[in-house]
Order: sequence, then structure tokens, then C-alpha cells
Amino acid sequence: MGKSKTTKLPTPTGADAPRVISKKEAANRIDRVADEIHTDIIKKFRKPEMRFPIRALSNVKYDPKKGYFEMIGKEATRTLSYNTVKTFAQSVRLLATTKNDLLLKNDIAGKREVYYNAKSWGECRFEEQPESDTLLDDMEAMLAINREQLGYIPEERGGEVTGPLVVIDRDPATDEEIKINCAKLGTGAWSIPSQVEHMRFETKAKFVLVVETSSLFQRLVHHRYFETANCILISMSGVPTRACRRFIRRLADDRKLPVLAFTDGDPYGYGNIYRTLKVGSGQSAHINKFFCVPQAHYLGVTPQDIIDYDLEDATHPLEDVDIKRAQDALKNDPFIKHHVEWQKAIGQMLKMGVRIEQQAFAKHGLNYVIEEYLPDKLKKKTFLP
Amino acid sequence: MSRSAQKHAKAKPAKKSKPEPKKKPAAAAPPPPPPAEAAPPAEEPKSAAEVMAKKQREISVSEFFLKNRHLLGFDNARKALLTTVKEAVDNSLDACEEAGILPEVGVELIQTAENRFRVIITDNGPGIVKAQIPKVFAKLLYGSKFHRLRMSRGQQGIGISAAGMYGQLTTGVSTKITSKIGPKKKAHYYELQIDTRKNEPHIVKDDEVNWDQHHGTRVEIELEATYQRGRQGVDEYLLACAIANPHVTFRYRLWLLPKEEKPAPAAEAEIRNPKSEIRNKDEIRNRKSEIENPEPEWVVFERGAKLLPFQPREIKPHPHGIELGMLMQLLKNSHARNVRSFLHTEFSRVSDRVALEVCQRAGLEPTSRPSNVAFRESESLYKAIGETKLMNPPLDCISPIGEEQILTGLKKEVQASYYDAVTRAPSVYRGNPFQIEMGIAYTNPGQPKRAAGNGEPQTAEEPIRLLRFANRVPLLYQQGACAITKSVIGVDWKNYGLGQPRGQLPMGPVTLFVHVASVWVPFTSESKEAVASYDEILRELTLGLQELGRRLSVYLSRRRRDLEARRKRDYMQLYIPHLALGLKQILKFDDRREGKVIGKLKKLLERTHLQVTK
Repeated sequence: MGKSKTTKLPTPTGADAPRVISKKEAANRIDRVADEIHTDIIKKFRKPEMRFPIRALSNVKYDPKKGYFEMIGKEATRTLSYNTVKTFAQSVRLLATTKNDLLLKNDIAGKREVYYNAKSWGECRFEEQPESDTLLDDMEAMLAINREQLGYIPEERGGEVTGPLVVIDRDPATDEEIKINCAKLGTGAWSIPSQVEHMRFETKAKFVLVVETSSLFQRLVHHRYFETANCILISMSGVPTRACRRFIRRLADDRKLPVLAFTDGDPYGYGNIYRTLKVGSGQSAHINKFFCVPQAHYLGVTPQDIIDYDLEDATHPLEDVDIKRAQDALKNDPFIKHHVEWQKAIGQMLKMGVRIEQQAFAKHGLNYVIEEYLPDKLKKKTFLP
Repeated sequence: MSRSAQKHAKAKPAKKSKPEPKKKPAAAAPPPPPPAEAAPPAEEPKSAAEVMAKKQREISVSEFFLKNRHLLGFDNARKALLTTVKEAVDNSLDACEEAGILPEVGVELIQTAENRFRVIITDNGPGIVKAQIPKVFAKLLYGSKFHRLRMSRGQQGIGISAAGMYGQLTTGVSTKITSKIGPKKKAHYYELQIDTRKNEPHIVKDDEVNWDQHHGTRVEIELEATYQRGRQGVDEYLLACAIANPHVTFRYRLWLLPKEEKPAPAAEAEIRNPKSEIRNKDEIRNRKSEIENPEPEWVVFERGAKLLPFQPREIKPHPHGIELGMLMQLLKNSHARNVRSFLHTEFSRVSDRVALEVCQRAGLEPTSRPSNVAFRESESLYKAIGETKLMNPPLDCISPIGEEQILTGLKKEVQASYYDAVTRAPSVYRGNPFQIEMGIAYTNPGQPKRAAGNGEPQTAEEPIRLLRFANRVPLLYQQGACAITKSVIGVDWKNYGLGQPRGQLPMGPVTLFVHVASVWVPFTSESKEAVASYDEILRELTLGLQELGRRLSVYLSRRRRDLEARRKRDYMQLYIPHLALGLKQILKFDDRREGKVIGKLKKLLERTHLQVTK
């Protein structure tokens, strides 16, 4: 597989795994934040501040050597003031809850549970869940601890895996080792859990194929494509979750496997799904380092594929949001801006004015994608970086 | 007393008691003297005119009044009550002030039947000498005020006798007067009726009584009337009076028949009243207790100042303020030997030299007799006067209430959070000095309040309460026709922080007090309810209102800032305890420390966010 520029990849467990932080240490970090605030108020008699990295594309740079969106150190400061007093108070109370109810009690909570839990805070409650989600992200960035380690579990599923792979997991109660053979799941697939740091892998596959839509994933599973191509199939169902990204990354690092992404041929598939998979997002800039898959390459569907595989009449015109998203990516996305190939591809798509879905290959027969397209692409290796 | 707009506006509606030979000429023709015109046709042989002549006879003032009662404020039963109170109170105040007495006026309204009231006004004034009482109270157009140009409440000497006559005509009850002029004298007691044919008093009863007061006058009139609370009623009138006259103490009580049993006591009272001889409060009380109506408490509007208004100087008319008809009248009646000295002596601001100049301009011989000029050259003289430049009239003939007194009046009767007043310098319209002054009271929304006129709180969504005054007399009717209202509407109050629908009064919890003082207040009609819109008056009103408005806007914006600061403080104090609680839960400190954190945080935030209030 064409691993054009990707350089040596970090080893999976050592310095490159997100550092495992004990519950106690996490609690200590919360104490430190609170103590600083307290000192500002009582001893220094000045308005307390909270500082955390800005989580946006404007605060990342793309260094292909490192392979992920790296924060460039812009910090947001939340100083206590009339405008911030509510958020400030909510943040402090969230820290308190995190420490006392999650870390010290070794408990877990979902984002929505956090939102409901705060309903008991009186006027300090969150009106809508996005408010608490934002503060949760802020806190994670401020403490430099990813929220899974604080005990917050994601609501969304982390993706599904099928293929010649054995995942060595453990029983959460007994810590006993459990082996999951992903090749023997029948017509189903294995769901990636939220915590993947402890897993180990056994596989003889040659590469990992990550697909966007579950309907295509099911087609590939149904026809045992993972056996035909000797690959591990992973379904992302849209933008990959953190766990999904981390799982692919650990698997790829651990087994030194190339990763190929197969999404719809539209700006969202390029700029959001694939880009996030490969280098992370602006939103989670503070944790991108671990939650990205720098060794991933883009298989398709590229705009050129539309021509090469005679699919012009299976496209849809670009909508305004698509055009806007594409232009925005060309202008603001450090990853796209770094890769001329991507600029060309997006430019070509804008010029053609169409987008294409993964299922469009059905035009030539339901299994055209398995029998013709994928083998052809894998042979030609016309991947995008 | 009826005011005098008619003098300026028209020649005259009801001219003295002099007989008018014809019906029509009087109304239509001011310039040529009616007698001259009337004589020739009378000599023609029998004609329609002769037949008509038999029908032509003298109209008594009283008859005239009866047919034109609306001119004097007796259009309906509700207004009659107010007008009666108003005329009597005006008289009392004028008399007290002229005599240098701090007025104390009692107003008592006793309902005697469903549509019938006995109005009793008592004052501590100088009293009236016995011989004058019948004429003052039972002869229309008798008084001290008509013949002089001086600022006073009443001007013509119609009001109180008109009220008495109205009472007599609607109930048959005599006007009862008690008056005492000195501590050692006995009080005179009269019961009077008006001979409506002759406009002469008819004395029903003449007596001497004891009165435990050093001096003063008590007037009792029973009339057909209805009582209404609120705007345009006696309550609002008295309140407005109390504001405009902070040196006066008003005592007021209203004695209504019990509502449920109305029919029964009313019938009873009806039978009794015409012949009842109630002379003192004890009798009233007794009689009242018969119908089981508890005696109400007196409502007292205590005076807020002991300073009597400065007594305005009487002035001669200014030539530019005079009508042709009036000029002719003056010429006819003048004792001056020639026109030149007539001009010099009868008018203010006409020097001997200027008088000569006027004569020359009019092509008049300065030595002509005024009475001759009256018939022939009055028009050219009138024109010449208009063309001659003259000094403005003296301005010290006006006695403004004064900013301080306006504030005193407003503060004692309107509960508000902001008061202001403006007295403009005197100015002149058509040769008449006038002066505009005004005050404002702004009641913060939410403040418990007693707005002017009634106890209902005002809100920002209601029009402001406008209190209009002319020579200290409240104007309660015809608000829309009044120059005061027009200028209030004409000012753009949005600039000053009040809402204002297009072409309407501004909105807000505001009481606006506006006073027009003049030796001769121009009214739009004889009923003295609205000030006429002279440009000079409108301009002064507008300037005054703008000044008030500017200062109000300073107050309002400061208040807005304060409110904003308070809102911010409240908001911050809502969340500060949560912040402290969060810290407490993390750092496990005690309640005392938590309290300290809250205290410090409040100070911290208020220091930076609420500086405006400091």
C-alpha cells in the first residue's frame, strides 16, 4: 500500500499512548485548579482565571512529520466577570462533581447524565446539553486529561469491526483476559468500546479498510470481502468517534498496518470524515495527538473515480452547503492547505459540480464495488494523502 | 368668576345689565355704537319692525345665563358640582391672599338626594361687610376684579352668584352666607335668592349669629349635581389646587348617601330639604345620623409653605393688547381732556411723546376730545397704535408660583422619586404680560405611589398625567384644545427618555404641572377651560418643557444605569455562591471560609462592574 510520506510511527504503548493518569492524580489536578482560583480570590484579591487551549481549527497547525493537527498554543482565558460568572460557577461545580462523584467514587457518567445531574444545581443548571458538553470539553482541555480518563463515557458507538483480527480485551469485573475473534462473528460485527488503551491485537491481515456507511460495510461483510482481500473492515458511521480513531490507530501502530479510507465522494467525506480520521479535529485539538490515524490514506471515492469508473450519471449536484464546506476547507483547513493533491481533488469536484455516494457503484451491478472497483484501486494505488 | 377671554376674542356675550334694544346688533356689530343704528328705523310708520318691537324686551342676565349655562361651566350635573366648588374656592383664595391671610379652606359636599348636593365652602378670609353680601352673592357681574388689570383667579364677578343661581333654579334652596369680619363682631347670616328678572338680590333671611372663628366666610349652596370620583372631579380639582397653592390648607369631606338604601333616604331628604333650616354642623350631624350615614373624616391637604404669594401689581392695559371695541369703550368713559393725555394716562408704556406720535400717525388732532374720537376716528387710532413701536408692558404684575413652591406642592401631594420645576422669565403676548412655569414628578415604576388625581399607580404604558393651571386655577376640561396640551404633545419626549405615540401625550409615570400666569389669560372660550394658542405662549411653553425634559433625561439615564448595575449585581450574586460552593466541595474547607470567599467575590465583581453606582 502506498505509504508515500508517512514517516516512522510511534510505538503503541510507550510515550505515545495518552499517558494513563490515575484517578488520584486527576483529582489532584482538579485540586490545583481550584486552589489557584481560591488563592486569587482570598490572598491576591484579584479576579480568578481559568486558562485552556482554544479548541478550533484556528489553533492547530499541520505538521506532516508528526502527522496530526497540533495545537499552536493559543489559550483562552476565562476571567471571572459579569459575563462569565455563570459559566465560571458551572465549571467549578463540574470540577467538584468530577472529583467527588466520578474520580473518588470510581464511577462513570455519560454526557447526557452530566447534563441531568446538574439539574439539581438550581440557577446554575444547564438549560441545554450543548452547554454542559462545551464545559466538559473545556475541562478536559484545561486539565489536559481526556475525558474518558475522568470517567466520562461517550454516548455514541465507537464503530464496528470484522475481519481476521483477534482483540485481546479483559473482563471489566475480573480483569480476566478475553479474546475476541472478529473473523468469527457470523453476519454481525464487534463494537469498539470507549476504552481501548489496554487492548492487544493478533492479526495476519494486510491492511485496514475503513468505510463510512454501514450499508456498504454490510455488503462487504456479507460477501466476506475481508477474506478475499485479507483486510480488517471497520465501519465508522460518519465522523469517527474518538474511540474508533484510537482503536484504528492502536491497531495500525501495533500491527504496522496501512489504513485505507473509503467514504462518500463529497466535501463532508473528505474534509470532515477523512480529515478527522487522519489528523484529528479542531474541536479536540488538545487530544489529536492520540486520536488520529496518520498512516491512513484515502482510497475513494475521488472525483477522478467518477470519470474513471463511468459514474457521471450516478452523481448529485453539489448543494450550497457542500460548496461552502469545500471552499472553507480550501481556505481554512491546514491539512487540505498542505496537500496539493487534495486541493486539486476538491477543485476538480467544485468544477464538476457533483458529489457521489459509495453506493453509486451499484450502477454497474450490486457487487461491482467488490469485484471491480476495490481490487482495481488497490492495484493502481491511486490514493490521496 | 368667569374669566375674560371674551374681552379679547369677541366684543362681549352678555353685556352688563344694560338693556339691549335689539337682539341681533349686539352680537354682530362691535364698531358702530348700537344706539345710533337703532334710532332711524324706529321712526318708520307701522311696519314689521313695529310688530317685532313688541316682542323685543330686555333680557335679564339671569335669563341669559339660564340659556347659556354651559358658558359658565354648568353644562351638566357633574360639572355643576365642580364649578360651584371651584368658584367658591377661587373667591376664598383671592380674598385671603389680598388680605394677607394664609388661607384655610374647607370644602364639604353633602349628598342630600340622588342627584342633589349641598356644597359648603368655609374660609378664614377677611369676611365681607354686611352691605355687600347680597350683591356679591346674588347679583351677577358684581365684583372687584373686572375693572382692573391684575392677575387674580377670578376676573369677572359672575361665578359665585351664578352658582347660587344655578342652585336656586335647580333646587329652590336659597344661598346661605355666613360672614364675619372681625373677632369682636358677630357674624352676618343671610339667605339669598336672586331676582332673575332684575338681576338683583332678594333677601330671604337676614340675621346675626355667633361663629367661633375670628373672621371668614361660609357659603352654602344646594344644587342639582352628581358626584364623580377621579379625573375632572372635585377630588382631582382639590388635589391640583393643593399642588398649585402650597400655602393653602384644604380640608375636604364628602358625605355620600349610603349606596344600597339610596332610594329611601333620597326620598326622605327631598321632602325635608326645601324647608330645612340647617345652620350649623350640629344640625347637619343630627339630621345625618337620622338617615344612618356615619360622618366621614375630613381629608386634609396640609399646607407645605407659609409664604403667601406675592401680591401682583395692578397695571394699566398695554395698547397692543387692546381690541377696537375696548378702545372705544375706554375713549367714551375717559375723563381725560384730550386724546393725547388719554393715551398717556389710560395705558401703560405710552409716554407723552409717544402719545403725540400715535396721534400724528392716526391723523388726529392731539387735542380732540376722547369721546369724539370714540365715534369717528377710533379705527384710525386703533390702527396707528398697532403700527407704533412700544415698550413691552411692565412684567412685575405677575405673581408666579415659583420653582421652590411648585416643588413644595408636588412633593407634598405626589409621591415620586424625582421632582423638578422651571419658572420661565415673564414674556408678552399681544401686549399682555404672561409667565410660564412648570414642574414634573417622576415616580419610579414599582415605587408605591399616590399619583396626582387619584390613587391609581401610573405605569410606563399610560399617558402622563398633565395638570394644567391658569393663574393657579386647575383646568380640568377641554384638555385637547389647550395650548398647554398642544405644546406638551409638540415636544419630542423620546429624546428625553419617555415613550410617546405620534401626536399624543408622552407615556410614563409622570405628573406634569404646567401653569400659565397672566394679567389676562387668553382662554379659548368663556368657560375658561383651555388656554388659547398664541405663538408667544406656545414658544415659552415649549422652551420650558424642553428644559424640564433635558433634566429629566439626565435623571432617567442615571437611573437606567443604576438599574442596570443592580440587575448585574443581582445576576452575579446568583452565581457567586455556586462558585464558592464548588470550591468548597473540591478543597473541603469550612462554612466560614465559604462565606469569606463569597464576600470577597462580591467585592471583586462589584468593584469592576458596578462603578457607575459609586
